Formats: sequence, C-alpha cells, structure tokens
Amino acid sequence: MTVPVHLRHDETFVLNLGPQHPATHGVLRVKLTMDGEYVVKAEPVLGYIHRMHEKMAESGTFAQFMPYTARMDYLHALAFNHGWALVVEKAAGIEVPERAEYIRVITVELNRIASHLLWWAAFLLDLGGFTPLLYAFDDRERIIDLLERVTGSRLTYCYLRFGGVYNDIDDEFITGARDFIKRLRGRLPRLYHDLVTHNIILIKRIENIGFITSEQCRRYGATGPVARGSGINYDIRKNEPYSVYPEFDFDVPVFDEGDSMARYMVRMHEIEQSMRIIEQALDKLPGGPVMGKAPKMLKPEAGYYYSAVETARGSLGHRLVCNGDKAPYKLKLRSPTFSNLSLFGEVAEGMMLADALAFMGSLDLVIPEIDR
Amino acid sequence: MDLVERTQAALAGIFPESAAAATPPAGEGGQEAPPRERGVLAVDPARHGCHFDVLCRPDEVAAVAIVLDREGFFLETISGVDWLDKGQFEVVYDYSRLGGEHCRVMVHALVDRGEPVVPTISDVFPAADWHERETFDFYGIHFQGHPHLIRILLPEDADFHPLRKDYMP
Amino acid sequence: METSMWRALLYLVGLLIFAGVNAAWLGWCERKGAARIQRRIGPCEAGFAGLLQPLADGLKLMSKQLLVPQGVDGIIFRVAPVLAMIPAITSMAVIPFSENIGARAMELSVLLLFALASIGMISILLGGWASGNKYAIISAARSVSQSLAYEIPMLLTVITVVLISGSINLREIAIDQQGGFWHWNIFRLKNGHFLTMWISFIIFFICSVAETNRAPFDMAEAESELVAGFMTEYSSMGFGLFMMGEYLNIVVGACLTATLFLGGWDCPFGLTPGVWWFVVKIYALIFTFIWIRWTYPRTQIYRLLNLSWKILIPFSMANLLVTAALIKVF
Repeated sequence: MTVPVHLRHDETFVLNLGPQHPATHGVLRVKLTMDGEYVVKAEPVLGYIHRMHEKMAESGTFAQFMPYTARMDYLHALAFNHGWALVVEKAAGIEVPERAEYIRVITVELNRIASHLLWWAAFLLDLGGFTPLLYAFDDRERIIDLLERVTGSRLTYCYLRFGGVYNDIDDEFITGARDFIKRLRGRLPRLYHDLVTHNIILIKRIENIGFITSEQCRRYGATGPVARGSGINYDIRKNEPYSVYPEFDFDVPVFDEGDSMARYMVRMHEIEQSMRIIEQALDKLPGGPVMGKAPKMLKPEAGYYYSAVETARGSLGHRLVCNGDKAPYKLKLRSPTFSNLSLFGEVAEGMMLADALAFMGSLDLVIPEIDR
Repeated sequence: MDLVERTQAALAGIFPESAAAATPPAGEGGQEAPPRERGVLAVDPARHGCHFDVLCRPDEVAAVAIVLDREGFFLETISGVDWLDKGQFEVVYDYSRLGGEHCRVMVHALVDRGEPVVPTISDVFPAADWHERETFDFYGIHFQGHPHLIRILLPEDADFHPLRKDYMP
Repeated sequence: METSMWRALLYLVGLLIFAGVNAAWLGWCERKGAARIQRRIGPCEAGFAGLLQPLADGLKLMSKQLLVPQGVDGIIFRVAPVLAMIPAITSMAVIPFSENIGARAMELSVLLLFALASIGMISILLGGWASGNKYAIISAARSVSQSLAYEIPMLLTVITVVLISGSINLREIAIDQQGGFWHWNIFRLKNGHFLTMWISFIIFFICSVAETNRAPFDMAEAESELVAGFMTEYSSMGFGLFMMGEYLNIVVGACLTATLFLGGWDCPFGLTPGVWWFVVKIYALIFTFIWIRWTYPRTQIYRLLNLSWKILIPFSMANLLVTAALIKVF
C-alpha cells in the first residue's frame, strides 16, 4: 500500500511464515512481526535445505562437483553448470570448441526461458491465479522435452563438461527448438499478456508495490531482474561477456519503476530476448567437435579465480581458490537469490501481508540456491 | 580517466607505498615464495576474473570497503579460506560494479587461526550482514561489531564450523 | 397424517437431497470446469467422467480423523462447520423454485435470507477464532470486515428490486416478473427501470461473489497468504462441511440472483415457464462463478474494502435514489 502507515511496535505478534507455507515455494521461513495485517519486521530464517555444497566441492575432484551444481538452482540448472565449467576452464586454461560454446548458449537460454516461465506460473499462483500455471507448464514441458533429448535429464542437468559439452545436438533438436520459439512467440501476446499482464486485478496488485531503489540494489548486492527492474542496466552477458554472447544481438530489458510490475516486465521481456539469442545461435551454429582437449585429471595452478555468469535470477559468482591440488581448495558460491533476499526485510517493512508475499514472489526465490 | 584507473587511484589513497608493486600474484609461486606485502596488485581479469587484488591487514578491511562504497562498488560475496598449514584464516571480499564500466576488486586479509577476529563491514554494506554471518557459520571467524552474528545456514545449536580443514564430522 | 405434514416432510427430504447433491457435485463441476479452462481433463477415474469422485472424496474425508488441536475452543471449534451448513440449507426453504414449488412462501423471505447469510459469515468468524491459529484469526478478521462491507451495497440494491416489485416476498417478486425477459427486473422496460437495474444487477453479482468468499474475493482462505485461512486447523468432515457450506452458499446466491433479477422460473420468451428455467438460470450463474474464479487472480483485502466503501456503496446509493425517482415520476 502506498499510503504510509503508522506502525505500532508495542502491540505486535509474531507470524511464522514457513518453513512450510504455500507462498515460500520451498522451505524458507520468514519470521514476521505483525501489527494486524501490517508487517513491522520481516526476518528471513535460512538453512532448512542447506546441504553444504561448498564442502562437497572441497572433498571431490573438479569434475565430480559438476552434478552437484544443478542441485542448487534446479530451475536454471544449466547456468550453474555453465558457471562452474567457466571458472574451472579459466583456472586450468582449457579451450572450448566454438560449436560447444554455441550449444551451451542455446541450452542455457532455453533453460532460462523455462525458469522464467516457471517463475511466472508460481508468481501468479502466489497472487491467487491458478490457470496461468497450467499454461506456462504446457510451454515449459516442451523445453524440458527438448533438453531431455540432448542432456538426458529433465531438471538437474549435468550436461556441460570442462572443454565442451557431453552430447552433440541433432537436427531434431534444432527443428524442435525452432518450432518451440515459433509457438511461444504466438502464445506470449495472446495467452500471457492478454490474459494476465493486462489484467486490471494483476496490475493493481503488483504496480507500486515493493519498491526497490537502485541504491538499495547496490548496497544489498541485488542483481538480475531485481536490479534491472530498478533501472540498473546490469547483465553479465553484456557487461562482462563470457562464452559467445558478444556475437549475438540482444537487448537487456531495463525498467526504472522499481516495483513488482517492473520486475515482472523485465522477466517477460527476457523471455523474448532469450528467444532472439537462441534463434541467432541456431542460425550461426558452426560445425566441428563439441569436446575440446581437457586433461582427465585437472590440476589448476594455485591462485585465486573468480568467474560470474548471468542466471535467470542474477549474477552467479564462483570464488575458487586453488592450491595446485586435484580438488578445489576452496569454492565459494555467490548465489544470486541469497543477496536478492537479503533486502526483503528492509523493503517489506510497513507492507501488508498480501503485498509482502506478492513482493516476495516477485523476487523469484529458489530456496535450495539460497541455502546451498 | 576510466573506471579501472579511477579505482586504482582511490585505492592508492589507502596503500600509497604499493602503487608500483610488481610482485607476482599471491600464492602462484607455491609455498616457497616470500609472503606478499600488503597492497594493490593489478591482475589479469581474463585469467583471474578480477582487475585488482588487494591484500590488507584485517583492521583495514572497513577502510577499503568505505573507499569502494564511495566509488559505487557493491559487495558480491565474502568467503573464508582456511590455510591450516600456515595457521591462518583468510577472508576474501569480492566487489564489483552494477552496470556501466566493469571492474572487479578482490580484497583479502589474513588473520591468525587461533584468534580469528575481523571488523565488520555490515555498517558500510548491508549485504555483508548475511555474508559475514555465513562466514562465521562455516569458519568461526568473528566479525567485530556485527549487530547480529548468529548462525545463518546451519542449525542454531550447531557447535562446529564445517569448512575448517581440521573439521571431522 | 395431514397433507401439510406430508408436504413439509416431502420438502424437507427434497431440499436435503437438492442441497446434498449440489454440495457434492458442484465440487465435481468446479473441478471439471477448472480442468477444461486449464486444458486438463480433470477427475476421470471414479465412474463415468469421474462422476463418482465426490462420493470417493466424501468417503475419504469421513474416514479421516477429526483432529482437534490443543488449545482450541472445543465447543465452538466443533460447532462452526455445522453452522456453516445449516443457514445455507435453511435458506432454501424460502426460495421459490417455480410457481408451485417452494417450501414456504414467507412474506419476509428476502429479509430472512440475508439474516441467514450473516449467520453463515459468523461460522467463519467462529471457526477462525476458535482454531487459535494466527492465520485463522487473520482470516476471521478479514471475513468479518469483508462481509460487513459487502452486505451494505447488497441490501441497497435489493431495496431497488423491492421498490419496483412492491414486496419483500421472493415469490411475489418472481411473479411480478413473469411474461418474457423484458419483464425481468434487469431488463425491465416498464417505467424505464432497465436504465438503472443492470447496474443493480452488476453490484449485486459482485457482492454475492464477495459474500460467498469466492475468488477473486476469497480473502478469508487466500491460500498463498493464509495457508487455508479459517480452515487451516480443520480436518476430516469439519473441513468437508465448510466446503459443502461454501458450495451451498453459492447455490443460494445464484437462486437469489435468478429470482431477484432474472425473472425466477420465467422463460425468456414467455412460453413455458417452470422449474427447468430456474435451474438453467442458477447453473448458468454458478458456471459464471466458476469461470471467474479460474480466470482472475486474487485482489488484496484493502482493495476489496475500498471497492465496496468507495465505489459500490456510493453507486448503489445513487442507484437507489434514481430508481425511487423513476417510480415517483411514472
């Protein structure tokens, strides 16, 4: 609600939102101190699905950690694959064939669309709209079928390898991806925008709700659609290009409003931009091998390495410390939602419960990625 | 003056003596190399992923954070590293820029393993609040002045710090 | 036995069957309808097209343990679900299904229906309050403010109908509208009432969606905010009774809308008036309820209240004045 309210701090009660709650989409717990329906203080409590991935990284070889990466952000798992592959390739100096880079971009972007579709579905579910969930899952299912064809799994991929990808794509995948893009292009304006985006109830619910300023984004380290919805033109694919992203022509959607609607629009536009990237990549797809030369047992030089990729939720960083051994000496994962969620407490103060939950939905939380 | 030079100039305010530092990047020479002096080191971003490698004393961490905050940087993450054989913990801060020109700065400080205390930077960057809690959680490094230094990812009654190299489950 | 006794017994059994069948199979209709809207199949395993699904669900619910958590107000907790059902069934006694089918043609039937609807709301308040659950209490508080806000415009629009018909007997209101759709209150040609009555109808319909706690106004059980609202702590048939009460309230709301605005059992073309037309009308209205629910997202509680206090109440006031003026002028 835009009207400032006078919160009473003396007559409050604590509402434990979660760890099991329909709106948290996982095991996130938020300790809400409430004055009636107004949130006086919101304190996220993390760790309910903590699995200590960083320790697992230290106790295996570099390659052995690849399957774990997909278990963090299970919605954009290929980007986590990509991030880990990039940092290790950087550290060990492994070259990747061009065809493999293109395939990486195609699959990662397909996965990004799937992630945004699922976010859209779950966000609408948070707002009480059930039907869009099924429409989005219909489209998402096609992406997952496509990815299953090449990666062998539907959700927790382990497709990328140091120096390439595990499996080449075939003609059926290419035509399937083209058909999918054609189909989604037809459905986006009709099903997604006419039914939902232009719906007055939805607009009233998320417009002017949950303002995040660009300064708040900077102080809390929020990235991805959250930052781009607050007028920050920051996309690692553009600002710090990796893989073959510089070869594609795509825009970074930026909205200045900073409210939940802006974040919604950023993601809807990103779906379109991802489709553009995939189309260009499919057009330009070069021939050649999909696996470069990489030693069986990696022993990168001792030193500090950092690499970042843009996942559907923001900047995923890997801080890798090597000591010349065959296992990472230290791996720190900078997961985007961890930082994005940390501003929840400050922004949610003074909101009504329904708005706070709609705002939380607009942050696009994936709990296993926060808890790692 | 582009961003990278501007950042270097700003950091030179804290580390005037190291402006011309030309020693090789830390750790690359193995354990035989002499320990690195504190200061700013320009490194190859294509290889290491950051433009500057800043080694400082623990008590300078907040000063560096203030300088980088003024320059419009944001805190990406804080990581701890346990150098068991040297008897030291290392705290690594990664800073980056949101939009515009691209520059990454890595700041790290070594503390004694027996008494790991580092001043907090959560009053400079609120983002550091959770990252410091996480580092405390995994390594037991105390961030002096942190308003709410409790466990974040592990259960609140845990009595261990699992990322320490001598931790045995 | 006297004929009046037989008549009472017949209506008692008939209404209970009607209520029971509706309470059970409206759930099936809703699931099937939602499934079609969402391009799914919906229930299809139990019986032909899943028609036995309500029986299976009912059997399952009845075989579950009725959990009464510690710290609840035991009596109120148990009474509340029953209280959700009783007013809804009782209301059916005064609804005229056709000229000759109607348990009681009470003079004050409109008033009685609204009185009973308020009791239905109280059941939500009691259930939420007695549960001793924070979500349930928020839900109870919401439902009271919601019901308070929407009863005012609803009654104001009903007054327009009463003014036109000159009666607060539902049967007489319906008889007054016989003879083709241009006699219905919503399109009434006489005295130019169609000018304002369609506004009355829209306000009344919005209010009945809100009064029956249906999406997009399902604030009391907004599951993404309040888990299940006042039903959070209910299990087994406690939950089942609330669900059945909700569906019965929809039926009553649809019956009331059909009688007040759509000519009751009248045929639109003045041919064969009878109970079948009434049934067609109420199920068309119920389908609209389902259709709305599965199309729109939920609003917020404060927008819901703003809609009532700032838009619907002024509009229905003005509407009432214009209607009264039209009656006075002609």
